[in-house]
Amino acid sequence: MSYRRIFHDGLWQQNTGLVVLLGLCPLLAVTGTVVNAIGLGLATTITLVFSNLSVSLLRGVLRPEIRIPAYVLIIASVVTVVELLMQAWFHDLFRVLGIFIPLIVTNCAIIGRAEAFASRQRPLAAVVDGLGTGLGFCLALVLLGALRELVGRGTLFSQARLMFGDIGAALEITVVPDHPGFLLAMLPPGAFIGLGLLIAGRKWLDGRSAARKAEKPARAVNEANA
Amino acid sequence: MTERVIRGIIRSAAALGLVAVIGTVLLTGVQRLTADRIAEQERRVVREQLAQILSPDLYDNSPQDDAITVFDETRFPRGQAVTAYRARRAGEAVAVILRFRAVDGYNGDIHLLAGIRSDGRLAGVRVVSHRETPGLGDGIEAEKSDWVLGFDGRSLADPAPEDWTVRRDGGGFDQFTGATVTPRAVVAAVRMALEYFEQNRTELFAVPAGENGT
Repeated sequence: MSYRRIFHDGLWQQNTGLVVLLGLCPLLAVTGTVVNAIGLGLATTITLVFSNLSVSLLRGVLRPEIRIPAYVLIIASVVTVVELLMQAWFHDLFRVLGIFIPLIVTNCAIIGRAEAFASRQRPLAAVVDGLGTGLGFCLALVLLGALRELVGRGTLFSQARLMFGDIGAALEITVVPDHPGFLLAMLPPGAFIGLGLLIAGRKWLDGRSAARKAEKPARAVNEANA
Repeated sequence: MTERVIRGIIRSAAALGLVAVIGTVLLTGVQRLTADRIAEQERRVVREQLAQILSPDLYDNSPQDDAITVFDETRFPRGQAVTAYRARRAGEAVAVILRFRAVDGYNGDIHLLAGIRSDGRLAGVRVVSHRETPGLGDGIEAEKSDWVLGFDGRSLADPAPEDWTVRRDGGGFDQFTGATVTPRAVVAAVRMALEYFEQNRTELFAVPAGENGT
């Protein structure tokens, strides 16, 4: 499998949030705003890259009967490192995301990639897979966060300064001034409805590109006949 | 048991041990590197919270380092350890900022900071964290509405003690549309903090920093 293919699989074909539907708890819980989504998405991506890399490097040593406890150890260590670094350098964002950073450990997408992919692949392939899967999860988070923030509050990137410092303040956009607030979008049901719409949207896009691919060879044949 | 099986078990145990050792070394290293910075960040957060309530111009000590812990089961129920940050100017008591919780909100505890000047008037109240319903109960946040600023300058005599509740209950504080439970809980908790201050004023300022009051 080419690296491009591995990356694309993680990002789109086998998207954790929109296709495989793993890690739904953080996906639904922190997507109230785009900034929260980016924060958790990037933290998950970093975790995936390093857990995949470690599992791949250790794949010769990790015999089947100890692989699960070893994965848990590796993932927990990586998440704790990410947590400490965030606490030190992105403290305010860490306070907003709160319990969901340590809970990355329980995101089954991470142990899933370790078991299904990294444990039998070269380190570079495992890193590419971690990056693709992580960014795919991040993409799902950000889309859902943007949807809910826009509908629920009429803003985008609010509180961006938590992540980007003073430069971030310029990113904060009020799309709909004096938005009365649409409570449903901010509450958990809004997250489920939004996720449903995103899954449907992704299927529609896939269906369209598949139809186009099917059309192309047919046309080529027709033209050749003419 | 054959020797091969035993050797397999030993090898597995060694591998797992290796992973544990690497993980421990890594974590210890990162923890050491970040500990100072995290402590500094935490101090900054508290400093900013306190500054929202009481302007730093008003005192010349560091309330964070001049803090005590107090307990009062009737006014701060459920075994709360209430932190009292003391602000002083030239050694004179200026205000005390209490960190406590309102326990009867709509959803979980509401963490509060209330600054009380030495004359018993409120310098300000802020909600540190809560899990009230977004869009309804979250009007208690200073970023969402001005409601919490309504406490500024109030004391146990203003409004009168019987009016220290929300309008719905015949009191002097507004509730917001669709949410009565949340403001009611905050008003009641702030009143308890004021009462506590009233009764323990002298001791609150007298107990040496770091020790527990009563």
